[in-house]
Amino acid sequence: MLWAGWLACVALFVWCWERMTERTIWAFVWDAPNAAADIGSRAFPPRWSYMERLWAPLWDTINIATLGTLLGIAMAVPLAFLAASNTTPSRLILRPVALFVIVATRSINSLIWALLLVSILGPGILAGILAIALRSIGFIGKLLYEAIEETDIRQVEAITATGASQGQILTYGIVPQVLPSFYGISVFRWDINIRESAILGLVGAGGIGAQLNSSLNMLAWPQVMLIILVILGTVVVSEWVSAKVRHAII
Amino acid sequence: MSSAYPTTWRKPPQMVQSRGWRIALAVGAIVYLVLAIGTIEVNWARVIAGMERAQRFVAGFLQPDFTTRWRDISNGLMESLTMTFTSTVVGVLISVPIGVGAARNVAPAWVYYVCRSIIAVSRALQEIIVAIFFVALFGFGAFAGFLTLTFATIGFIGKLLAEDIEDIDEAQSEAIRATGASWLQLINYAIQPQVMPRLLGLSLYRLDINFRESAVIGIVGAGGIGAALNTSLSRYEYDSAGAILLIIIAIVMMAEYSSGYLRKWMK
Repeated sequence: MLWAGWLACVALFVWCWERMTERTIWAFVWDAPNAAADIGSRAFPPRWSYMERLWAPLWDTINIATLGTLLGIAMAVPLAFLAASNTTPSRLILRPVALFVIVATRSINSLIWALLLVSILGPGILAGILAIALRSIGFIGKLLYEAIEETDIRQVEAITATGASQGQILTYGIVPQVLPSFYGISVFRWDINIRESAILGLVGAGGIGAQLNSSLNMLAWPQVMLIILVILGTVVVSEWVSAKVRHAII
Repeated sequence: MSSAYPTTWRKPPQMVQSRGWRIALAVGAIVYLVLAIGTIEVNWARVIAGMERAQRFVAGFLQPDFTTRWRDISNGLMESLTMTFTSTVVGVLISVPIGVGAARNVAPAWVYYVCRSIIAVSRALQEIIVAIFFVALFGFGAFAGFLTLTFATIGFIGKLLAEDIEDIDEAQSEAIRATGASWLQLINYAIQPQVMPRLLGLSLYRLDINFRESAVIGIVGAGGIGAALNTSLSRYEYDSAGAILLIIIAIVMMAEYSSGYLRKWMK
């Protein structure tokens, strides 16, 4: 039985492989090492003088990530309270709706959101911010509602026993318990958003990706090299910041 | 219930102790927000013109058109699905030795550093950027996408697997070592049974992630349903785009539920 399962997996793999590669041009694939060496030799050294034109897009990229995260949080927090089974006002209607919004926003990548928003709002950083915000809703919402569901019920009961209203139960019983994970989730998402906003420019949503796109179109490999180094540097810095902040909270 | 309940309630500790720094931070945050929001340039005429498109998009989403572009959609979907499966399998196969090598408790130091740096490189580079390079090297199409996803899978599975191996119960490997087992026997009898369920769970999770990514890397030419989506959006065929997005959401949801179910079943 186990062997049959493995055999089926192998057969599926072979079939998928055949399907996938039927339109591959193998001449390109075999030529890839030469092409890589060629691109590599053109890309070095990176064109450092291009850096002065990168500061403004870099600033835009950071803004897209930060403002997008803030906007995403603003929309995700109410959704998380609606989706958590212990705080939702109605389990039959609102909870499934909130869960659907959370899953749907999570399953569409920010690049796809950006593609849509650029065609609606026009190119620029506004489309980028909205794309990041919409994509963040699902992530923050899911982790936050799980944190809300895991809160200690005894504290809530103690506050309910004093005759507190619904709002008071939320502010004194549940919010203090989820606050640390809320900060952790937000910083974590900000870190991810820095990575994602770096490439949104490829589809016209502002930031350093736009520079990457135009350099790629001109085949200006030294500039591409520099931009990728800058993106990597930004990612490393943001990872360091978010690790520091999370360490300070938890 | 043995734990003593606290009898007093205190304000939770502040993150920043000194009052001066707190004010400075708040002011700094406000200044940043003002500056950042100031950089948003909105061309309202363009937005108003775009609203009509937004309406058409919403209409397309509500009445998706699966039929006119069905050939493109089904081709793209097929490419995405085959790409997802093959890249996950190959990625997991490659990342198992790398994950073992990156676990400090079973690998010698130089192997550890080599494997860790492979993982770091794979995790630091964004899928889209990798895809751009692979498209430049291997030509347009699903093969470049397959390589991209494989490359990304190595970093993900390798890192989590290595952490898992570092967290195992040392008593079992002590016991196996005491019998005079070789390194391979140690891996097979002490480590593998402990990490296997997690590895299967991670692979299923990665399958899910790879499908989502395969919907995106088509935008830069690496095949899959993203390419179909990109074409239909640039042709302003919002009803086809709506259909593609609905398919993506449906598959992702299905994958999420079934992988959650499978993981529960395997425990």
